[in-house]
Amino acid sequence: MSFLELNKVTKIYPNGTKAVHETSMNVENGEFMVFVGPSGCGKSTLLRMIAGLEDITEGYINLDGILINKVDPSERDVAMVFQNYALYPHMNVYNNLAYGLKNRGISKEDIEKKVNEAAKLLQISEYLQRKPSMLSGGQRQRVAMGRAIVRNPKIFLFDEPLSNLDAKLRIQMRLEIKKLQQKVGVTSIFVTHDQVEAMTLADRLAVINNGLIEQLGTPIEIYNNPKSMFVAGFIGSPQMNFLEGELKNKTLTSEGFEINNVTSDFNGPVILGIRPEHMSQTDKGLINLSVDLVEQLGSDNLIYGEIKNKKDFCFRCPGSQIIKKGSKLSLNINDNNYYVFDKSNGNRVN
Amino acid sequence: MIRYFSSNFSHLILLIGIFIMIIPVWLIFASSTHTASIINTQGLQFFLGDKFLENYTKVLLYEGGFFKEITALKMFLNSFLMATGVAFLSVISSLMTAYVLVYFRVKYATLLFWIIFITILVPLELRIFPTYSVMSTLNLVNSYWGLIIPISASAIATLFFRQFYKTIPDELLESAKLDGANTWRFFIDFLVPLSKTMIVAMFIFMFVFGYNQYLWPILVTSSEQYWTVVMGLKMMSGSIVNKFAFVIMSMIPPVLIIIVLQKYFIKGIFQDK
Repeated sequence: MSFLELNKVTKIYPNGTKAVHETSMNVENGEFMVFVGPSGCGKSTLLRMIAGLEDITEGYINLDGILINKVDPSERDVAMVFQNYALYPHMNVYNNLAYGLKNRGISKEDIEKKVNEAAKLLQISEYLQRKPSMLSGGQRQRVAMGRAIVRNPKIFLFDEPLSNLDAKLRIQMRLEIKKLQQKVGVTSIFVTHDQVEAMTLADRLAVINNGLIEQLGTPIEIYNNPKSMFVAGFIGSPQMNFLEGELKNKTLTSEGFEINNVTSDFNGPVILGIRPEHMSQTDKGLINLSVDLVEQLGSDNLIYGEIKNKKDFCFRCPGSQIIKKGSKLSLNINDNNYYVFDKSNGNRVN
Repeated sequence: MIRYFSSNFSHLILLIGIFIMIIPVWLIFASSTHTASIINTQGLQFFLGDKFLENYTKVLLYEGGFFKEITALKMFLNSFLMATGVAFLSVISSLMTAYVLVYFRVKYATLLFWIIFITILVPLELRIFPTYSVMSTLNLVNSYWGLIIPISASAIATLFFRQFYKTIPDELLESAKLDGANTWRFFIDFLVPLSKTMIVAMFIFMFVFGYNQYLWPILVTSSEQYWTVVMGLKMMSGSIVNKFAFVIMSMIPPVLIIIVLQKYFIKGIFQDK
């Protein structure tokens, strides 16, 4: 039996909106699970149901062997970090951390010990007497994490905790969260719409769309082997290129080129997906790209251009390669790294 | 330059306003330090006289009413009890009402709130007979509770607290829930401290409101023991200088409470953090 079990969990709001459809998954003890998906896909609702902040319409949730459907949030022994941190504005940092412990009837000495330990771990010891309004965004973030850690809960829930930080701090905190989780070893669920965050943090990743888990797996599995067009488009940056085409007798025709020996028995209209980083320049390549725009990122160049009827086709090459606007490139797909999807339902067919 | 001028100009307007308000008060104060005969023969005085101590001690020890059961000091005590009682009760009741309206799953909470709010249109004077009859059924005529209770539910304060609670993000409640706070703890540990400044502001507001009551105390008390200061102003007999002195003294408690708590008052009303 897994540490956290979701079995056919469904959420229907009173107004009839179905936010989560019969979702089932298992999270193992100590695992870092990330829910990723576009906004409004139901990932936060799912998290809030685990926390007990939303009622579960159907299905059940088991945490550490206990059915928690009807258990009050305060008794589930879960801790949550909110997007806006939800620090207690009238309490200083010390009391922010201590509040949950006080409510559990823990003795004063123990509280002090635990708070000081957590503060040390998060490097917020010097701010303990300050009010949240006197802290910077990153410091508030740490306090919010401290409030979760100090209680030593069964599970950490993170609801897009990094989205209010600036880009640099976000990367730094991302790293710290991952390190901290490995150090503390508490099972964690992290909700985000940022696929880079998802890829970097997750032990396993659940890509959620329209209230359904589209794919569940390790980040690399999902990147290398997306099961559907949605997952393929969502994971990876810049986004995968999608080209319309036709698959007939293992031969794929698309935008002025052909691919033979496709490993699929599917016949009919398809979408061909190629990642920008899975191509390279050759003399007589498959794809002819006329360059419209070059984005120089330093380490990489992102080349956008046109191939026959498809605009904004993206190709990624090392930053050392100098490519001018208006030039023509000839590209090959590396190691048959392409994906073929059924056009009618978006499912992978190769 | 323009800024200098305009700030001076607005100060000038404020100063004029202050003078308009303060001159009558000063006239009464100055006149209250003279003898009655000077006032009767020469009218109101602009400068201080030498009878300050004499007039004011006389007023404080004055025994009023038909049965001489009441002194000015007792009136101050009565007024203070009434005003504090009204302030306490109305702040507590509106805090809790607002809490229920905003945070509990009350059906038609908005409608209920507006019904409460409409009571602003029905002042005590309008419902004075039924209110009196209720008080008399409860045997509260001629008692402090009788003075306090009927004016201790404030729709305005409820409105202020409700609007404030609505600005508190839901995550705070959720976070508190996960930290093990129950309904009561959330109220005591979060809402009360967060609305501290507003509580003080409402307290002052309701204190002055209770202090200034005139019609209701007259109706609900027949015993002289329960006379309040504002009633005393009307009922008091004696010479004109003593009345002036009493008027001045009657202003002190509300002014004092505002001066002491004004820092919170401003913050509470304008909610600047």
